[in-house]
Amino acid sequence: MAISSSKNGGGFDPKRRRALKEIAASCVGAVAITTFLAGLGSLSRPLPAATLRPPGALGEREFQSACVRCGLCVRDCPYKTLRLAEAGDGPAIGTPYFLAREVPCEMCDDIPCVKACPTGALDHALVDIDKARMGQAILTGRETCLNMQGLRCDVCYRVCPLIDKAITLQVTHNARTSRHAIFEPVVHADACTGCGKCEKACVLDETAIRVVPLALARGAHDIHYRRGWIEKNKAGKELVPGIVDLPDRMPAPPTLSTIPKVPQ
Amino acid sequence: MTGNRNPGADARAQHGLWRASFWLIMRRVVQLSFFLLFASGPWLVIWIAKGTLASSMTLGVLPLTDPLIVAQSLAARHVPETLALIGAAIVLGAYLLIGGRVYCSWVCPINPVTDLAAWLRRRLDIGKGWVMKKQTRYWVLGAVLAASAITGTIAFELVNPITTLYRNLLFGLSWGLSLVAMIFLFDLFVARDGWCGHICPVGTFYGLINTHGLLRVSARGRARCDDCMDCYGVCPEMHVISPALKGKDDQSPIISSRDCTACGRCIDVCPERVFAFTHRFDERVDLQAPPAENELQNVA
Repeated sequence: MAISSSKNGGGFDPKRRRALKEIAASCVGAVAITTFLAGLGSLSRPLPAATLRPPGALGEREFQSACVRCGLCVRDCPYKTLRLAEAGDGPAIGTPYFLAREVPCEMCDDIPCVKACPTGALDHALVDIDKARMGQAILTGRETCLNMQGLRCDVCYRVCPLIDKAITLQVTHNARTSRHAIFEPVVHADACTGCGKCEKACVLDETAIRVVPLALARGAHDIHYRRGWIEKNKAGKELVPGIVDLPDRMPAPPTLSTIPKVPQ
Repeated sequence: MTGNRNPGADARAQHGLWRASFWLIMRRVVQLSFFLLFASGPWLVIWIAKGTLASSMTLGVLPLTDPLIVAQSLAARHVPETLALIGAAIVLGAYLLIGGRVYCSWVCPINPVTDLAAWLRRRLDIGKGWVMKKQTRYWVLGAVLAASAITGTIAFELVNPITTLYRNLLFGLSWGLSLVAMIFLFDLFVARDGWCGHICPVGTFYGLINTHGLLRVSARGRARCDDCMDCYGVCPEMHVISPALKGKDDQSPIISSRDCTACGRCIDVCPERVFAFTHRFDERVDLQAPPAENELQNVA
């Protein structure tokens, strides 16, 4: 009786209360599931240093929103370069990657992995494999690289599909022998596709040249830092006209005159 | 009320093992066939369907993509290439036509796992366990889409046991097996029909488009029903049966609930042969009384 009267008069209503409780519990549950999945999602975001995405892969963040982990790129890779990530491999579970030191990308002209991708996680705008940026090679072992010790190995340079563009040999004086040259392999970021053939080919047990995902390999210009010569080109004139030209400092022996003398 | 630990025993006794398991066997054959379409490539180098249930390419011409995955991708603010969109449209269209949750019973590789858990649960007389709310699955589906939108990832694919299991078997990985084991144990010890019936957002999604599908089960012979409750005992979504089975004469015998997966187990286990597969518009009802035993023998 008390219940029915309270229904009419408002106030406590067990049915309504139960319904509200259920909705509240459901909300809590939904938020919990969302948080759980979101946590898992963010855990799998950073790409570890040794793992490379297939050619045309979107940036890691966009890639996570696009890759459905179907493995079609893996299936259409003729060299079995690509594989799907197992738990603990590093990349998000089930997403495609490759290890350059094991099987590098052979840079197929027709890029079958990109063509196979149904979602565009591998960007279909990539039609020239030389424009792929899977990562960037870095000479991480400057101390162990045979060339850097004055020997002529040159293997990374020779296997590079973009020889003399992505890797060049820079000749400097060999101070150790003072009679020979050092042929330093230098990677040029504007041409390196990150295929990993150099890393695969390095003759050392522990490779001296490694391909690293772009986000790790490259920095970015600070957007607040404006380089005068570029701004001048963009504007077609000097940004500050009639800038004061301070007198150049001439080479001179260092002077100690500014250091105060310590009384003895 | 559904304490029968061995529903279907009467049907087997009266109609034989074959007729009392016919649709179950058909379903296992179809589930296995779908898997073999994918597995023939990596196992026998006969490439029919490449990829997984997430997205696939059959014979180089037929793209198929899970529409819920595309929905999550869109929620994560990525617009997939046309190939995936076409694939999702084909899948969506096919299941709209045939009935969304047909996927759950006839294609999904988790179904045999949860069926086994449900069977064991009956044999061990474990009971209902944790009874989840009917609306839980919709909250889970919402949460999955919300997580996709918030994190910018295809959130459910991190834990989706369906695609993970396929990926594992086809690409030789192992993580999915622990997921499958978890679902099995959950359904066995925690909640009856817990995963497929109350949580799985893929099933929920297909349930949403399970409203106009053609393939339906009809309780056409409901006049013969002797309330043995065997159909309720095996049905993973038992609330779907009553409106059709217990309906008055002017009510449709078609099981029209969007939760029905059209698995056909009720057809198998009914000793009175009340149920039959038919299409959505078949309103026929058998009006005769239960047939005598010898008549049934003749039919068989």
